Amino acid sequence: MPSEYRLILKHLDQPGYTPDLDCYLRHDGYHVLRQALALAPRPGPDGKPISPQEQLRHEVTLSGLRGRGGAGFSCGLKWSLVDRKSGKPIYLVCNADESEPGTFKDRQVIYKDPHQLLEGLILSSYANDVHLAYIYIRGEFVEGARILERALAEARAQGFLGRNILGSGYDLEVYVHRGAGAYICGEETGLLESLEGKRPYPRVKPPYFPAVLGLYLCPTIVNNVETLCAVKHVMALGGAEYAKLGTPNNTGTRLVSLSGHIQRPGYYEIEVGKVTLGELIFDPAFGNGLRPSRRLKAIIPGGVSAKIFKAGEKVKVKRPGPDGRELEQTLDVLELPYDFTSLTAAGSMSGSGAIIVLDDTTDMVSALANISEFFAHESCGQCTPCREGSLWLAKALRRLTQGAGRAQDAEYLARIADSIPGGRTICAFGEACSWPVQSTVAKFKDEFVARGKDHEARRTAAAQAGETAK
Amino acid sequence: MPVTVPSALEAQIEELIARYPQKRSAAVMVLHALQDHFGCLAPETMEWAAAKLELQPINILELVTFYPMFRQAPVGRFHLKVCRTLSCALAGSHELHRHLCEKLGLDRHAHGPQTTPDGKFTVEFVECLAGCGTAPVLMCNDACHEGVTLAQAEALLAQCEGG
Amino acid sequence: MSAAAVVTSPAPPSSDTVNVTVDGRTVAVPRLLPDWRGKLVPTTMIQACEQAGVEVPHYCYHAKLPVAGNCRMCLVEYGLPALGPEGQPLRKPDGSLAVKKSPRPAIACATPISPGMEIYTATPEVQQMRASVLEFLLINHPLDCPICDQAGECKLQEYSVEYGHAASRFVETKVHKPKQVDLGPRIMLDDERCILCTRCIRFTRDLAGDDALGIVNRGSYNTLAAYPGRAFDNPYTLNTVDLCPVGALTAKDFRFQMRVWFLKETKSLCTSCGTGCNVLIGSRENRILRYTPRANDAVNVCWLCDHGRLNYRWIGRPDRLRQLAGSRLPAPTWDAALTEVAQRLRHAVPGSVAVVASARLANEELYLIRRLAQHTGAATDIVPRSGPGDAWLIHADKNPNSLGAQRLGISADPAGSRLSQFAAAIGQGTLRTLLVFGEDVTPRGLGPELLDRLECLVVSDILPNRTTERAHVLLPGCAHAEKCGSFTNVHGRVQRFFKAVEPPGGARPEVEFLRELLQRVSGEPQPDTAEGLFHRMAAEVPAFAGLTWAGLGDTGAARPPEAERVRPRADATAG
Repeated sequence: MPSEYRLILKHLDQPGYTPDLDCYLRHDGYHVLRQALALAPRPGPDGKPISPQEQLRHEVTLSGLRGRGGAGFSCGLKWSLVDRKSGKPIYLVCNADESEPGTFKDRQVIYKDPHQLLEGLILSSYANDVHLAYIYIRGEFVEGARILERALAEARAQGFLGRNILGSGYDLEVYVHRGAGAYICGEETGLLESLEGKRPYPRVKPPYFPAVLGLYLCPTIVNNVETLCAVKHVMALGGAEYAKLGTPNNTGTRLVSLSGHIQRPGYYEIEVGKVTLGELIFDPAFGNGLRPSRRLKAIIPGGVSAKIFKAGEKVKVKRPGPDGRELEQTLDVLELPYDFTSLTAAGSMSGSGAIIVLDDTTDMVSALANISEFFAHESCGQCTPCREGSLWLAKALRRLTQGAGRAQDAEYLARIADSIPGGRTICAFGEACSWPVQSTVAKFKDEFVARGKDHEARRTAAAQAGETAK
Repeated sequence: MPVTVPSALEAQIEELIARYPQKRSAAVMVLHALQDHFGCLAPETMEWAAAKLELQPINILELVTFYPMFRQAPVGRFHLKVCRTLSCALAGSHELHRHLCEKLGLDRHAHGPQTTPDGKFTVEFVECLAGCGTAPVLMCNDACHEGVTLAQAEALLAQCEGG
Repeated sequence: MSAAAVVTSPAPPSSDTVNVTVDGRTVAVPRLLPDWRGKLVPTTMIQACEQAGVEVPHYCYHAKLPVAGNCRMCLVEYGLPALGPEGQPLRKPDGSLAVKKSPRPAIACATPISPGMEIYTATPEVQQMRASVLEFLLINHPLDCPICDQAGECKLQEYSVEYGHAASRFVETKVHKPKQVDLGPRIMLDDERCILCTRCIRFTRDLAGDDALGIVNRGSYNTLAAYPGRAFDNPYTLNTVDLCPVGALTAKDFRFQMRVWFLKETKSLCTSCGTGCNVLIGSRENRILRYTPRANDAVNVCWLCDHGRLNYRWIGRPDRLRQLAGSRLPAPTWDAALTEVAQRLRHAVPGSVAVVASARLANEELYLIRRLAQHTGAATDIVPRSGPGDAWLIHADKNPNSLGAQRLGISADPAGSRLSQFAAAIGQGTLRTLLVFGEDVTPRGLGPELLDRLECLVVSDILPNRTTERAHVLLPGCAHAEKCGSFTNVHGRVQRFFKAVEPPGGARPEVEFLRELLQRVSGEPQPDTAEGLFHRMAAEVPAFAGLTWAGLGDTGAARPPEAERVRPRADATAG
């Protein structure tokens, strides 16, 4: 029986659990931080001492933790790329700009268990010799920002933050920084520009890799809320123990946001890869299926920028067989284990862990128009293909929902969408705005063509009626 | 006309600026503080912010026009932001927006901010508010309302009217 | 001005090279090359391609501006040496290094090269990417080429021809943006033409040190703007018009004046100060219509100040001096005029003649004046001219050739200090003949009443003034745009300028009539070309030793002022 595995969400929905420090301390809060700060250097294999910070970073590497923001990049590797010899300060920024449509998981932690995030953030900062960190929170989380401010004040007052944390000699200051309504601030270099007070234009990479040239052109780590919370659990369990959760290369637990045409929308925590996409949608422990007498039409498996799956779609996936060797299997998309690797292998992604379910009442043209409208609104406009392409797509789809479609519009949309992604843009927004179009138009082409033909027929009929009237 | 920033607000702004190694970083936070106080960011307010942050006014205008949460004109006392994006749309946010507009005598086709003639309400569509699991969601000023039915929306309007 | 704005010489290329292959041709390129401010940084793909003679189309990239990487026109494909499991380079069966093509393209403007890199600029994929970038740039563009000033020098037009599609697939309504925006006193903006490359913003912020321009709104609605009510008005604004790859920024001075393809372009110099910025004079049918900067890394890089750029209208003024005149003019012919003046000079008592020359005259002209002064024992000086300067291109010395005049011994030390002696000598009656070339001396202590006491006042000039009014012999001269010659800028660089337009009426280049006058006075034949004169000057005047006319090329040759100090004092022409 598939079930939740609540690690990050362990306490936050328990009756009586409150976001204040006292409550967190009653639930063993900051215990892991205390232990980490008490670590002593340990002799390494070559006799040289291994610093407590290196030990902590090693645990994260051992854990196999992958970033929970969307890209699924190895957290240990991200930390290992930090330029520690530049002589410049190292900054850490928590990405709390949760804005991928369909995603509402970080919000739960921020609003209900902010100290868990702070503990993970302080641990990560300590492990990386960071003395100044920011939490970049999306502007619409007005109350969330207040909750975090309060939590920071409490932590400061109790010596978990500020100078000489818990007598360890370690200093760290953390501030909340609010955004003001821009999806692009979730892109880590756009976020850094925004934090510098500039328009959040993603930076050109190379040379502006945050690990080397990040905030104020200093080495910078940008980690998502959930990732930082996971770091706390990595430190609590030990990296090797954490890696036993989930599946190889897809370790630990992750938060899944379920929404759309489903009986039990909401957030769930699962061991990565231990639950299938179908179970997440249909199992009573999760989505509990569709509304009565509705059939599944499509699934957006990782936030609206992920390529869509059509119900009944079969995908070929390479997976380790019983003897460890890779086997190619053909699976129904519902049989896909919900993890980074399988979803990518199936031609989509698990992204931010947001699953949007669409039933047979959904008009795919309208659904795609809605998504493209979002991307046209959110493109920062810095680079040509995304700036021009995102609005072009939205306008074409608007036309197709307003009676002015053409039979060739499916092809037209695909051609536009093909001209944006694949490294042609400065950041991954180019992919994000074109993948939904490419996949939806390809997989539901009949609907798009039929819509266009229908509009053409109506126009022809109207013109003929006009002729006759003369 | 130069803007008058009360000393308490200026002190708060200075505290915000002190949080960053570079003054410019405080720009968005300072603009939030100014907008919360003045209701919107008029040219003189932007110019004040620029001077305070040792920037040029264009640097501030670039931000104010980029971020949808900033506004150059005042809005109603109750600012209703209805989420337009997919999960909320699937759950009826268009009906919710239309209902609010009709109740308040506003154009239901307009997505941008519209304010009632009495200056009491502003209604607009916004992009995903990260409440997809409890769609449809709307924000009334700083508060997020989830799973809003048409009846609840009417109740909310009535509550605001009374308030 | 910002520190970055200071003109620096390009850094010497590193001997350290890297082998890269561009479209199948392997070239050794320097590992480091100067960036926009001259700092040596790892060579980028676009620089390597340039070294290999392959042009990569681009809009936002500009060698003298910080990299933005936003237009995506310079996307290329590339490969890197393939590595085995132990990081060892893999070889093909023939022994050559195997190269693994990257699955993603890269922007050539921002991507550094590495050893063994292969760059592909002409694959079908690259061509397709360029075509789609062009299509994107054009969908919201007004396509108003017939009335656009940029037509003919527009990168949208050029690249559309080379890389674009003939037809657009776009059937939606275009985004509309502000048109005819009065950005400042000298510039108009059409936001619908703007392709948001940000060159103007980067120049204005990072070079001109005036953070006046920005982008407002978001996404496809992004709009270039200055802050409302704040005029875009720094001394360098018109460079943004040159930088604009399309017709978004236009100079009020040049708007709707001329289709650019009708312009004749002549290599010349700006004469508004001693910096000697290199310019192209754009002219048609003998009328100058614009100056644009001409690249010279040693002087103005590729920039020009607005004042210098716009300071050309006087050349076409209707009140230009066009005829020989004066009470002592025996007949209205140059021969008669020069014979009259020569006779006067040949018979002058030593010490009774003085020359005031303009430091706006060419080196060759000042050389002829120097020879003339030597023959007649005349004292010489110039009229110094100073004004506000800055740390970038605008120099406080407002004469274009003060150093030339100094090196040729024409100017006193300090310049202009002999003018009061001339005034005294006129007053005492010892100075009886005064030759003035290109200056109004009346505000310089040689007022009309003094000039009226001279036996002979010979004046050449371009525009009428209180000195020309009093000339006994008035010789109409030429603006630099009407002749050929060289100036020595304040840093000792000797640079050439060429004739762009014909002088009006009977006006003649000073270099011509000075040569004829000198021949008449000295009886010596003089070379009749600028080149010949230059070589004679170089042989005679140590400050020009070793320079040749051809060797000056397009960007001149430096004889820094330091050399001046070791020069024997005896070389200076005494009065």
